[in-house]
Amino acid sequence: MKILILGAGQVGSSAAYHLSREEANEVTVVDISADVLRELQDRLDIRTVVGHASYPDVLERAGANDMDIIVALTDADETNMVACQVAYTIYHTPTKIARIRAADYMNSGKLFTQDAIPVDVRISPEQLVCEYIEQLILYPGALQVLDFANGRVRLVGARADKRGSLVGQKIAALKEHIPNTEGRIAAIYRDGKSLQPDGDTIIREDDEVFFIAARQDVRVFMSEMRKLEDPVRRVVIAGGGNIGVRLALALEQTNQVKIIERDQSRARVISEQLNKAIVLVGDAADEELLLEENIDNVDVFCALTNAEEANILSAMLAKRLGAHKVMALINRPSYAELVESGSIDIAISPQQVTIGSLLAHVRRGDVVKVHSLRRGAAEAIEAVAHGDAVSSRVVGRKIEDLKLPRGTSIVTLVRGDQVIMAHHDTVIESDDHVILFMTDRRKIDKIENLFQVGVSFV
Amino acid sequence: MNWTVAQRILGLLLMMFSVTMIPPLLISAWFQDQSWLPFVESFAFILLAGLVVWFPVRGKRKDLRLRDGFLVVASFWTVLGTAGALPLFLADVPSMSFTDAVFESMSGLTTTGATVLTGLDTLPESILYYRQQLQWFGGMGIIVLAVAVLPMLGVGGMQLYRAETPGPVKDTKLTPRITETAKALWYVYLAFTLACMFGYWLAGMPWFDALCHAFSTVAIGGFSTHDLSIGYFDSTAVDLVAIIFMLLAGVNFSLHFFAWKNISVRHYAQDPEFRAYFFVLLVLSSIVVFSLFFLGTYSDPNDSFINGLFQSVSIATTTGFTTANYAAWPGALPVLLIFASFVGGCAGSTGGGIKVIRWLLIAKQGAREIVRLVHPSAEIPVKLGHSAVQVRVVDAVWGFFSVYIVVFGVMLLAMMSTGLDQVTAFSAVAATLNNLGPGLGEVAAGFMTVSDTGKWISIVGMLLGRLEIFTLLVLVTPTFWRH
Repeated sequence: MKILILGAGQVGSSAAYHLSREEANEVTVVDISADVLRELQDRLDIRTVVGHASYPDVLERAGANDMDIIVALTDADETNMVACQVAYTIYHTPTKIARIRAADYMNSGKLFTQDAIPVDVRISPEQLVCEYIEQLILYPGALQVLDFANGRVRLVGARADKRGSLVGQKIAALKEHIPNTEGRIAAIYRDGKSLQPDGDTIIREDDEVFFIAARQDVRVFMSEMRKLEDPVRRVVIAGGGNIGVRLALALEQTNQVKIIERDQSRARVISEQLNKAIVLVGDAADEELLLEENIDNVDVFCALTNAEEANILSAMLAKRLGAHKVMALINRPSYAELVESGSIDIAISPQQVTIGSLLAHVRRGDVVKVHSLRRGAAEAIEAVAHGDAVSSRVVGRKIEDLKLPRGTSIVTLVRGDQVIMAHHDTVIESDDHVILFMTDRRKIDKIENLFQVGVSFV
Repeated sequence: MNWTVAQRILGLLLMMFSVTMIPPLLISAWFQDQSWLPFVESFAFILLAGLVVWFPVRGKRKDLRLRDGFLVVASFWTVLGTAGALPLFLADVPSMSFTDAVFESMSGLTTTGATVLTGLDTLPESILYYRQQLQWFGGMGIIVLAVAVLPMLGVGGMQLYRAETPGPVKDTKLTPRITETAKALWYVYLAFTLACMFGYWLAGMPWFDALCHAFSTVAIGGFSTHDLSIGYFDSTAVDLVAIIFMLLAGVNFSLHFFAWKNISVRHYAQDPEFRAYFFVLLVLSSIVVFSLFFLGTYSDPNDSFINGLFQSVSIATTTGFTTANYAAWPGALPVLLIFASFVGGCAGSTGGGIKVIRWLLIAKQGAREIVRLVHPSAEIPVKLGHSAVQVRVVDAVWGFFSVYIVVFGVMLLAMMSTGLDQVTAFSAVAATLNNLGPGLGEVAAGFMTVSDTGKWISIVGMLLGRLEIFTLLVLVTPTFWRH
């Protein structure tokens, strides 16, 4: 597939990285800075073009006239929108994806139509990150919570501790512990390596367990892995940027939210936007301020400023001062690896969250969702089976008969409102949402092929 | 330093190179020239050598770093020059010393075209073919070919590609994937070769000569299957075909690629380097033709025209074909032609020399200094076409230029110390460093009379010229080896 990425910022670079690793893609990246592009081209097998991303001339040089997908990820919403408009009007690019930050644009429904601003898919990293954190706060103890089939099914990652009732036992014992709920353990990571779980696998302390369950069963499942924590009540957010404010807005009705912002005038602005949350002016790494605000009673401390180093340090400080759980927004994967094993409970990587939803739209076949797990080492995919037994390679077949690549398993099906846990003899029907889990993402093109309806039968 | 990865790729490349012994075998079988044995021996030996290098490290799959790229390219070209000499060294006819065989093979691979052989017309066809084929592989670059056909090189392919392709700006890819870019270049190259062969055949060459000369023409090499070079055919039609294809092969191949892709020739005229290249050739050949005409070197004005044009294009693009003994031309003409070879082809072409674009940038900087004298506070970027050239690139051009001069000076002194006179030494260094081929004085026809030491100096010069000095030079700097 020919893919044009506009903007080589954090999200743009990591999109280029993920897409160019797949054999079938040809990736071209446009950016205004020649230095950034040179550095990127040294690492990746891509073509780069220097220029302003929305100028027709630049798009022309980048080969926009035969692109399959254009992904606009520059800093400016306006540039992204105009680039999509240009691509649609002049080059008739079939799929146009743009990052739109401003909520005002996102919320005006009629704006993004073919005869106004033709953006097929809008991605708002801030919104995605914010939802991601919300989920984590909703399920205390979870490392990662991902929605499938419009939230009917959730994939949850949690670290097993010895107070979980299943820890130290075989997975098969799950049936006796909670006979009435259905769920699946999709993957286990032990010491950073993945295990292919079966009924005889014994769950040990400190294993990272990923399980899938219907929304209402998630808490029951979670209690099998670790002692259930009390619901989160007190939240402190460090950094009053876009993400911080969004999160505060989302949480302030149900939780006690405090938000710390360094800049006086910015604090003023956000205090006007927020209704119940308390806006504090000060430095999130100021010990006195944190103690004064009873940091030792806080359930969750989120460091969400733009500076990742500051996030790491202030989260570590908060942890030492007694915050129950701390999260930090960290862009660099290497930093995340460093801190997550030790002093910080959860490292949130905005680019990884964004990349997942971006990749879903770049897939062939009807792939609805792609979530990256463990910083891209594994992937969970939701794909829709279409066609009939003749035209499709999955419909009408038992799961055991499917030719799945190694390290891939089908975990769950969602049929209408019904959630069906996959067994080896489950037959897939048309329009089923199939949730797969794969530990080797380079095989993803095989999954795409599997879910593509045969061309000759359409 | 990533020794194992470099070693693995080197082994793979050697095994790939061993396959190039098969076409001469077929030629040998076709002509029944009884010289198949050296090719079989070389094939087996190179394949085995590659296997021995590759086998212990076959599982190592790390990405190639920038430094490893230099190491692989430089060592591969060095090893290849030697391995390519094997069939020539092993053959009974011609019987060559090791030095001569390496000289001939390196001269072929680097598309220099200087020879130490005489009596080409009587050599076995397979040996003749093999020399031409070496030039053909060296022209577009055997590593570019490897990048095209060995997909496992991946990202590392870009590092190799950059270390081998000539020109100051090496980041422009024709297509997003480096493999596709390499393939595209080789397709264009192959198409030109076929067209050139067909042209020669139409102009009256036998098909074997047509094929052999097509190889060395599009590679801007200069090897011939006859002692008299292109002059052997004594045909204006052949001369014209050669002129056209030498001209085309001296142009940046990415221009050809876009011409083929967009089915248009408009961008040739818009490319500043192409215009400069064309302008230089036009001025040079006019001077040569008019001088020959007015000095009365040839009685027939047509001879003045065709010989003047042919030699100008052949020497200025650094091909090195001859139709006339230009070294004996009157006045400053021989030296003018040697000077023209310093300009050479365009960046990204198969030609040698310093490359047109570098001269263009240097000239533009000269012009800028003049404007600055008049307007001391003016901000004047160096521009190519309508876009400003990055300061880094301009700096790199100056760096390259000064190193070129220094290397030239050192080699000139070294050659003179082997006992050559000044004209011969000067032209021999120019002929090797610019990948030109024939020189003046003693080396006008070939390097047969040069001492063994002189030949080894020339071998280094040819390699330096083909890899544009830095790829080789970087390996002898302490910075490269420091961790």
